[in-house]
This record gives sequence, structure tokens and C-alpha cells, in this order.
Amino acid sequence: MTEVVFEARGLTKVYRSGEVEVRALAGVDLELQAGELVVLLGPSGSGKSTLLNILGGLDHATSGYVRFRDHDLTALDDSGLTAYRRDHVGFVFQFYNLIPSLTARENVALVTEIAHNPMTPEESLELVGLGQRMDHFPAQMSGGEQQRVAIARAIAKRPDVLLCDEPTGALDSKTGIRVLEALSLINTELGTTTALITHNAAIREMAHRVFLFGDGRIAGMQVNETRKPPSAISW
Amino acid sequence: MRALDRKLLRDLRRMWAQALAIALVMASGAATFVLASGAYRSLDETRRSYYERYRFGEVFADIRRAPKTVEEQILAISGVAAAEARISRLALLDIEGLAEPATGQAISVPDMAEQRLNRLHLRAGRLPERERTDEVTVNEAFAKAHKLQLGSTFKAVLNGKKRELKIVGIALSPEFIYALGPGDLMPDDRRFAVLWMSEKALAALFDLDGAFNSVSLRLLRGAVEADVIEKLDSLLARYGGTGAYSRRDQLSHAFLDAELKQLDALRRVMPPIFLLVSAFLINMTLMRMIALEREQIGLLKAIGYGPLPIAAHYIKFVLAIALVGISIGFLIGVWLGQGLTRLYADFFHFPFLIFQNDADIFATAGIVCVVAAVAGAIRAVVQILALAPAVAMQPPAPPRYRRWFSGRVPASIRPSQLTIMALRHISRWPVRAGLTSLGISLGIALLITALLSFDSVDLMIDVAFFRTDRQHATLNFTDDKHSRALQAVERLPGVLRAEPYRAVAVRLRNGHLSRKLGIVGKPKEMDLSRVLDVAFQPVQLPETGLMVDERVAEILQLRRGDLVEVELLEGRRGIRLVPVTEVIKSYLGLMAFMDIDALHDLMDDGPRVTGVHIAYDARKQGELFAAIKSTPALGSIGLQQHALSRFRETIAQNINYMVTIYVVLAVIIAFGVVYNSARIQLSEHAREIASLRVLGFTRAEVSRVLLTELAVLTIVAVPLGWIIGYGFGWLLIKAFSSDLYRVPFAIERATYAKASLVVLAATAVSALIVRRRVDKLDLIAVLKTRD
Ligand SMILES: Nc1ncnc2c1ncn2[C@@H]1O[C@H](COP(=O)(O)OP(=O)(O)OP(=O)(O)O)[C@@H](O)[C@H]1O
Ligand SMILES: [Mg+2]
Repeated sequence: MTEVVFEARGLTKVYRSGEVEVRALAGVDLELQAGELVVLLGPSGSGKSTLLNILGGLDHATSGYVRFRDHDLTALDDSGLTAYRRDHVGFVFQFYNLIPSLTARENVALVTEIAHNPMTPEESLELVGLGQRMDHFPAQMSGGEQQRVAIARAIAKRPDVLLCDEPTGALDSKTGIRVLEALSLINTELGTTTALITHNAAIREMAHRVFLFGDGRIAGMQVNETRKPPSAISW
Repeated sequence: MRALDRKLLRDLRRMWAQALAIALVMASGAATFVLASGAYRSLDETRRSYYERYRFGEVFADIRRAPKTVEEQILAISGVAAAEARISRLALLDIEGLAEPATGQAISVPDMAEQRLNRLHLRAGRLPERERTDEVTVNEAFAKAHKLQLGSTFKAVLNGKKRELKIVGIALSPEFIYALGPGDLMPDDRRFAVLWMSEKALAALFDLDGAFNSVSLRLLRGAVEADVIEKLDSLLARYGGTGAYSRRDQLSHAFLDAELKQLDALRRVMPPIFLLVSAFLINMTLMRMIALEREQIGLLKAIGYGPLPIAAHYIKFVLAIALVGISIGFLIGVWLGQGLTRLYADFFHFPFLIFQNDADIFATAGIVCVVAAVAGAIRAVVQILALAPAVAMQPPAPPRYRRWFSGRVPASIRPSQLTIMALRHISRWPVRAGLTSLGISLGIALLITALLSFDSVDLMIDVAFFRTDRQHATLNFTDDKHSRALQAVERLPGVLRAEPYRAVAVRLRNGHLSRKLGIVGKPKEMDLSRVLDVAFQPVQLPETGLMVDERVAEILQLRRGDLVEVELLEGRRGIRLVPVTEVIKSYLGLMAFMDIDALHDLMDDGPRVTGVHIAYDARKQGELFAAIKSTPALGSIGLQQHALSRFRETIAQNINYMVTIYVVLAVIIAFGVVYNSARIQLSEHAREIASLRVLGFTRAEVSRVLLTELAVLTIVAVPLGWIIGYGFGWLLIKAFSSDLYRVPFAIERATYAKASLVVLAATAVSALIVRRRVDKLDLIAVLKTRD
């Protein structure tokens, strides 16, 4: 029996700007198991990022319930969410969001300094294959390398969950695959529960499960009986 | 409305706080310029036209006694346009309701003719009638201080006889715009009066029939003042002339000059500081703005906007800020100007005040502000023009950071990554960081400059009243008396100690340098009124030889051991060579001291005294004052306690006004600089801060990145501000120094601390405001976008 890491029930999110109301999430139910790697697919504007942000404690749901293990995320206030992010969550975004004034090693150290049981920045950078580039600034690295630094930074604290919003969105296929390999490696080596948003349908093949989004809802779910390693994926 | 102008308005609305902070700094520049220029011109113009209309003299001379016929000879000196001979003597006054004796200067007005020079402006009543020894016209300030009206009477001791005088007129005179009693430091309208009386009457009272003892001259255009003075001196020498002097040395004129000099310094120093800082702020803000709007600029260029309309768009933004700054500056400048004018009205007695709010002052201020604003925008505009659209649409080349603090440093002393971020950010823009620190330090410097006046005045009071002149009162005889007069003073009720002094008018000469002043002779065993050396230690007067104060030494380029030529302007006259034995400390007037016996020898006319310093038993004060009021030989009395409290009051009034202004200006500058640089940092760091927040850093932790940077810049600014403040203070003190008085240059440690604290508080407030913006940062929105 595997442990349920995330459980969401009837999640909605409504953005209100003036008169206009946008229902970004219109009732989402979902469960994620520990160690699972899931892919979220769906058209633009269907609410994928919104869901991921709520799961990661970056945003509050308008209604509904979401828990992480035994933390009720819907009940946490802002500082509670900050602590939750600090202790449990790793994020990777499409635009790498590295600190330009810190080197790769220091960008990772940023996290290891405040984490409970982190790996060293060096270990974490080795994991993503950047052992040689630790003292370079982001401006001195390619997009794919920067994204791997971002992943190293996200995993360095051994997070319970890793949330990736279009991590390969800005990369070509070859570099994208190296990034996916890093994610996959971490998922298997560390058993980190991973959720990955993508527009690239090919990537679904590396997931345990795939959620299909449409109009703020989960419109469908697929289980991959056999997973492909990232190296076998191409687009 | 054009789309770009709509963007302009939205930008202004969005950035209103930053724009306002810049506008306020600029407003300070405009306001100080309008204030100081307006006040300078008003005062200068008022004085000039007052002098012209009332024919204020240009050269003045006092003599013992000269026959009226000499007036003809004076008029015959080439270059003299007009002359008026008159009688001028001191008198002790006994006024009802005033326990202590007051001093009056009796001045004659011609009986038969109009006043030719130094004409009175009558506020009420008339001039005294011919030969009326009981009629007097008094200066308005004195009348007001005692609520005296036409018909009021008071008593005066004129040439030893006490008389009742009736006020028939109340007047103002260009000679007494600043009315200072003999020996006083500050005007005291209760204790000093000018008494204009009939010439015949005064001649009769002072045994000066057919004679005069004072003369004023006006010169022809193009006349050489020095030549006239020289000829006048040689003419008057045998009548006991004590040396003619020009307006520059006329007391009231000299005080106005000192004030004008200060205003001039104010208008030259302050506005440039503020305009430079606002240009810097505009530069910094605009550079950030175009960095953020780089793609928009590229897009505008791509769709066919020429570079000029785009540049014009940003220039308009800057001009809008300048316009707000100028408007606020003008309002505040005019308002402060009125405050200053009211202060002047208290100090300077003018019949009218020409307030010069000339359009050209405003025009100059406006133009200078606009130029400063545009100058601040130049660098940004050049970048806009140079930006190729294709390049602009790509993200800018990322900033290059330098790697230090990495690797090898042991973990225990290694700063946290957050601190490293802040430090690297500073070193990435060293010029901007340096200028920011400089801006903050200017705030500190301004405060030190303002607050040091308190320290300086404290020191001045301590030295002048408690270490140098420690007597309770100084009595002056109407004429020099034989030293027997000292015994008479010693016998007055309550007198505990009496020390005589003798003052002799001389001209000191060293080569081509010369100055007229008084040598004061003091007894060896002086204890009440002492002489201090430059280290503030009391000195012993030498057997022979002269001690001069630092100012005299500077003017005449004298050093200890030099021989100085002393031209005696009294008694037997003649020229003597005297060695300078010491350079001493004095903040007031031009001082030269000798041993009183040595001075008697120099004069070769036996022991004489000009006045006596006394210490008395306070319980017998009433009796003493009553006795003094009816002592015929006394011409004036100075009271130390009064002088001190008057000094404190006046200084307080003056300094408080200026210090308040300076503090506000300092806070504006510090706040403007810190707030703007914090906002720009926030904008540059927004993405990093959002990332850090996502990583789980708390608000307090991410704010620390910004606050560390601000703190470092501020900490650098503090000592820098001390140094600049020291420099400003020194310049200010120099601007304050004149022959009349010197303000010592003293800055207490507490002053450095206070100045730093005020600026740190302003920094903290703007940092807090920025901190609140960190709290409101929309994480998701920032992360969704590309840099
Ligand atoms: N701050 C906001 N204010 C208003 N509406 C918003 C806001 N953020 C998101 N939305 C709306 O919510 C809906 C869902 O957005 P979301 O970013 O979750 O979509 P997405 O599935 O991630 O799309 P994409 O694949 O394009 O990233 C969209 O219609 C979007 O316009
Ligand atoms: Mg999205």
C-alpha cells in the first residue's frame, strides 16, 4: 500500500479582476502517490499551472480542500505556506529563475543553507551532470545548463515533492532530454514524488500516470503500464 | 490623447512616490535658490535705496573737538560731495520700569537747515526744536521696547547733569538699521537708544559751542575713498581725529554685510547640491525604466516610431517631475522667504522693505532645474537612441558579476548567500552605489552643518562669557579719566572688585597692510576680564609689547616676534614700533592688548582709564544701579548677564529657524536618495526575490537582501557624511567670520551622532516602505514572465 502524498477534493480557483471572473480551476479531485512521476497535459489556459501552484503552496485555492500528507494546505496562512515550501517542495519553472549574482554552486547553497537534511551543493550538481560548471554564473551557461542548475537547486534539500512547470519549454529537444533524464534520475534515486507540466505529448511516456486537463478540470487519466526512459523519447 | 502620452500619465501614476521623492529634492534646490536669492536681493535693494533716499554717509570720522569752520575745509577736499558736521556723545539713561541703567547715543540734528546726510525717517512727530535741551526724537525700536509715545518722558545724564527729556518724534535712521549699543554683542532695544537733539542744545550741554566732534561725508562719483580718508585724517589729526573710516567699518552697515555674505553663501552652495542629487536620481530612475521597457522601445521602433518621439516621451516624463518640483519649490521658497523677511524686520530697522520676488529669480531657478533634470536624463536618452530594434527585442546582456567569497573561504566566516547577493549587487554597479552613498552622506553633512552652529555658539559663549570676560558689568566713562576715577568706582555700593582698562584708537601697519582698531590696556593682575591664548589658557601680559588676536594677525600677516607699526590716533599721536609678543584668541571684534602701564608709557600722557570692569554683590544691585544712574562721569554700562541672555535669545531665534530648514532639507535628501535606490533595487531584484520566496525563504529573509544592500550603502555614507559635513561646516564658519565676530569651529561628537541618527531614521522609514512592497510582491506573476 503506497502512501498518498497529495489529496485534492473539489478544488476551485477563481480569478477576479474587476467585472471579469475567470474560473481557472472548476473542481479538481486528485491523489498523488509517494514516489510517483505524473505528467499534466492540456491546452493553454486549462489550469495546469494554477493547480501546481496551489499544490506547491504558492497560491490559495478559492474553495475545496487539499492536503499534503497530514498538512491541510487550505488551512495554512502565508507564513505556514512559506515553511511548507521550505521544508517539502522543490520547484522548477520554464524560465529558470536563477539568481544572476550567484554562481551555480551558490544558487544551490541558497537552499542547502536553510534545509534540514540537504545534500551538498556539489552532490546535487553532480546528480544533474554539472560537476564541472559549479563556479560559473548563470550568464555563463546555456539554457539547458541553467535549467539543470534550477533542478539541482530544487532537489538539493531532498524535497518530498518536485513540481515542474514546463521545465523543457524553453529548450531544444536534445537539451530537453538531458533535463528530463535528470528529473527521472532523481525520481528513481531519491523517490521524489514529481509532477511535471508540459505541452509536449511525447513526454507523457516517461510518466507513471498522465492527467489530461481541460477547462479547469481533469478530463482524463492514463496509466502507463510500461514507461519509456527519457533517452528513448524524441520530439 | 496620443497613446504614448497616455503611457506617460500611467507611468507617472504608477511611479508617483518615486517621482514625488525626486521632485521634493528638486523642490529643495528651487526653494533654497528662491529663498536665498530673493532675500539677498530684497535686503540689498532695500538697503541701497534706503541709503540713497536718506543720503547715508560714505565716510565717517570722530574727533575730540573741531571748530565748525573746519567743515568748509572738509568740503574742499577733492572728491567730497557733501559733509555734515555734528555732535555725538554717549549718555546714561534712567528709564522708568527699567532697573538697570541704559545707554543713549545723543546725536545732533541741524537747527536751521535740513539734514544733509543720514536723514531721519520720521515715524511720528517731528525733529526737536532749536535750542530745546528737553526735546528729543528717539529711534523707533527703543520707543517700542518701552512703549514710549510722543509726549512720554525719561531721564538722561547729559555731560554729568540729569535731565528730563520729552519725546517729540520717533524716527528711523540709515545709520542704525542694526542698532547695537557700545560694547554690546547683540542689539538690545530696551537698553540702547539713539537720541536726536537740537545741535545748539547739545553744543550747550556738552560745551561744544561752535564746534563738532563727528562728521559724515558723501563722495563724488569716481572719488577714491582711500585718498579722501587720508586727506581727512591729516586735516583732522590736530583736532584729535581718531581715524576716518568707510562704510565697511560702520557697525550697522558691517552687520548687514555679514548677513548678505551668509545669504550669498547659502544661494551658491545649497541649490547646486540639491540639483546634482536630483539629476542623479533622475538618471538612476530613468536608466532602470528604459532597462525595463527595452522591449517596448524596440517594438515602438520596429513599428515605425522614430527615435526622437521615443526620446521625447522619456524627456516628457522627466520634465513632468521637474515641473512638480519647481512648483513646490517656488511655493516653499516664497513662504520661507516671508518667514525670513519677518526675522529681518525684527533685526533690521528699515522704513520700508522692498521684497524682490523678481520674475528673473524664478526664471533662473526654473531653467536651472529643467537643465538639471534633462542632464540627468541624457544618458538614458542616448541609450534609447542607440538601441537597434532587433537588439532591443532580445533580453539585455545579463549583468556580469564578479566572483568573490566563493570556494576557499572557511564556512564559519563565510557570509550567507543572501549577503553575497547583496554585496555582489553593489559591486556590479559601483558608480551608482557610490553616488547613492554620496547622496545619503550629503543628508548627514547638511545636518552636521546645521547642528554645529549650536556647538560653535556654546563654545563661543563659554569662551567669551565664562573664560574671557567674567566681569558682571563694564562701566565706560564719557572721556578718558585720570586713574583716580578707579577709586570712585571702587567706592560704589556693592562693588567687590574693579579692574581698569584703557582703550586707545590706533592704526596698526605692517608694510602695506594696515587696520584701524583699538589697543586695550589691562592691568597685570587682571582676573575679571582676561586674555586667552589660542589654546584658551589665560596669558600674562608682557612688560612691553602687543598681543593681537588671530584675525588681526591674519589681516596684517603678523607673527609672534614681528615688529608692528602703531600709529596713535589720540593724545600726542605719532608712530611707534612695538613687538608682537603673542597671538591670542578672541571671537569678537579686532583685538590688541597691552599691559596698561606699557600703554601709558607708549602714550606718554600719564595714567588714564577709559572704563572699569567690576564684579559686584548681587544683593546690592539695586543700590549700585541707582548710584550709577546718577554718576555724572559714566557714559555707558554693559551688563554681562544681560548680554549673555540677549545673545542666547537672538541666536536661538536665528539658528532655530535655519536649523529647522536644514533638518527638513537633510531628511528630504536622505529619504529621496534611499527611497529611490531601494525602489530600483526592488525592481531589479523582483525576480530573485520571487524565486527566493518560492524556495521557501520568508519575507523577512528576502527583504534582508535589499536591506543589507541599503545598510551597506548607508554605513559607507555615515563616515563620508562626517567628512563632508566637516568640510561644509568649515566653509560655513568661514562665511560667518567677519571683523565683527568669528564663530569658532566646533563639532561635538554628539552632533555627528545626531546627524547620523536622523538620516538613519529617514533611511529606515524608506526601507520599511520598500519592505511593505516586498510583502505585496505577486510571486506567480513575476515567475511567469521572462526576465
Ligand atoms: N492572475 C490571474 N488573473 C486572472 N486570470 C488568471 C490569472 N492567472 C491565471 N489566470 C487565468 O486562469 C486560467 C488558467 O491559467 P493557468 O496559468 O493555470 O493555465 P495553464 O493551464 O497553465 O496554461 P499554459 O499552458 O498556457 O501555461 C487562464 O484562463 C488564465 O487566463
Ligand atoms: Mg502554465
